[in-house]
Amino acid sequence: MIRPLHWLLLALALVASPAAAQTFPELTGRVVDSAELLSPEQEAQLTALSAEIETASSRQFVVATVPDLQGYPIEDFGYRLGREWGIGQSEANNGVILLVAPNERRVRIEVGYGLEPVIPDGYASQVINGTILPAFRDGDMGGGIVAGANEIAEQLRLPLEAAEARALEAAKASRGSGDSGGMNWIALIFWIAVLLFILVPIVIGAAGGKKYRRGRAPVVIWGPTWGGSGGGWGSGGFGGGSGGFGGGGFSGGGGSFGGGGASGGW
Amino acid sequence: MSIRLAFIGIMALSLSACGINSVPTAEENAKAKWADVQAAYQRRADLIPNLQATVQGAAGSERQILTEVIDARSRATAIQITGDDLTDPARVQQFQAAQQQLGGTLSRLLANVEAYPQLQSQQGFQTFMTQIEGTENRINIAIRDYNEAVRGYNTTIRTFPDAIGARVIHGAEPMVPFEAQAGANQAPTVDFGNSN
Repeated sequence: MIRPLHWLLLALALVASPAAAQTFPELTGRVVDSAELLSPEQEAQLTALSAEIETASSRQFVVATVPDLQGYPIEDFGYRLGREWGIGQSEANNGVILLVAPNERRVRIEVGYGLEPVIPDGYASQVINGTILPAFRDGDMGGGIVAGANEIAEQLRLPLEAAEARALEAAKASRGSGDSGGMNWIALIFWIAVLLFILVPIVIGAAGGKKYRRGRAPVVIWGPTWGGSGGGWGSGGFGGGSGGFGGGGFSGGGGSFGGGGASGGW
Repeated sequence: MSIRLAFIGIMALSLSACGINSVPTAEENAKAKWADVQAAYQRRADLIPNLQATVQGAAGSERQILTEVIDARSRATAIQITGDDLTDPARVQQFQAAQQQLGGTLSRLLANVEAYPQLQSQQGFQTFMTQIEGTENRINIAIRDYNEAVRGYNTTIRTFPDAIGARVIHGAEPMVPFEAQAGANQAPTVDFGNSN
């Protein structure tokens, strides 16, 4: 019994080791202040702003401060962080991250694929050079982040892009039926178990002509849903939305990043 | 008897899983990532006419390098690689060389032009610099994603059991990864007339 377990652990270790090259902070909320630049009020203000944007438009906006870029240029760190967290909805890729690395003295606005027309590089650069960096140079880190976030939010309040609108419609249509991005793993395991233990015996039973009375369970409609606790869209976005944790939990919708945005240093 | 039947069934099933679907899936993925690479390069090529107007007006003496950039741009945009050419190292290298030529002359021009204070203060030029920075960043990411996809594809067609289907059914050949441009912000040492 021990040997197979050993092999399994070894295999897991082999699989897991390449992923450890770059470590990212945990996505603990809409504001991840690992470098501790924000006051509690500012953090609350930014969280409210991000939640308001997501409720209105499904766009996800996250503020992240990191103590260490681990030797990567901020451009590389930023898009990898965005992909790791999956900020933005998976079909629309409409996430934005305001990333600040105080020790490297670098700041970046990382824009998801889908928002590149809404926040062009030029606008992001303007926000950084015109609003964020002057405040940073005066030593007001928190103030600069909040002011920059407000300018980004201005753009995020613009009407949805065609692709985002389509993704939103699709998500509404398929809510609960389960093909939206970041799925709930508990739900997935649950439904696989249903498939294995109930549906498969039914099919086998039917094919074999045997009477499997035990297998003929009623259709299960009370299983966990795919998009958070039923709240799905309105309360915090589809794809692992924020329902169910008293509003405290937040997770990315599975959006991706391809290098949109701008960076600056001070 | 029934065990043997089951065994045969499993064998058939696993044979049918030998790369029949996984090879084309990996291939299409790599081709899609290649399309992103080309789109990112195209984006850079599309930016150059904006630069042309700005630089021509402001800096007459840089016209020589500007001409080189424009020539390199037309060479680079002339070479397009379809998904089927991705297994041909010569074609990929040709594309890469042309794009690197353009990147090299462009960065040389920008380095020279940065010495002009009147350009530095121009809003249009600042916007252009932001855009070109963003574009180079997108190119790097697109190349990285493409190389990752190629690695996945090449691994798929070379490892058991997918290699069986890859060889017997698809006749799959490995794709050529794209080398990241190490010296994108350095002046090129290659003479302009020598490239093909």
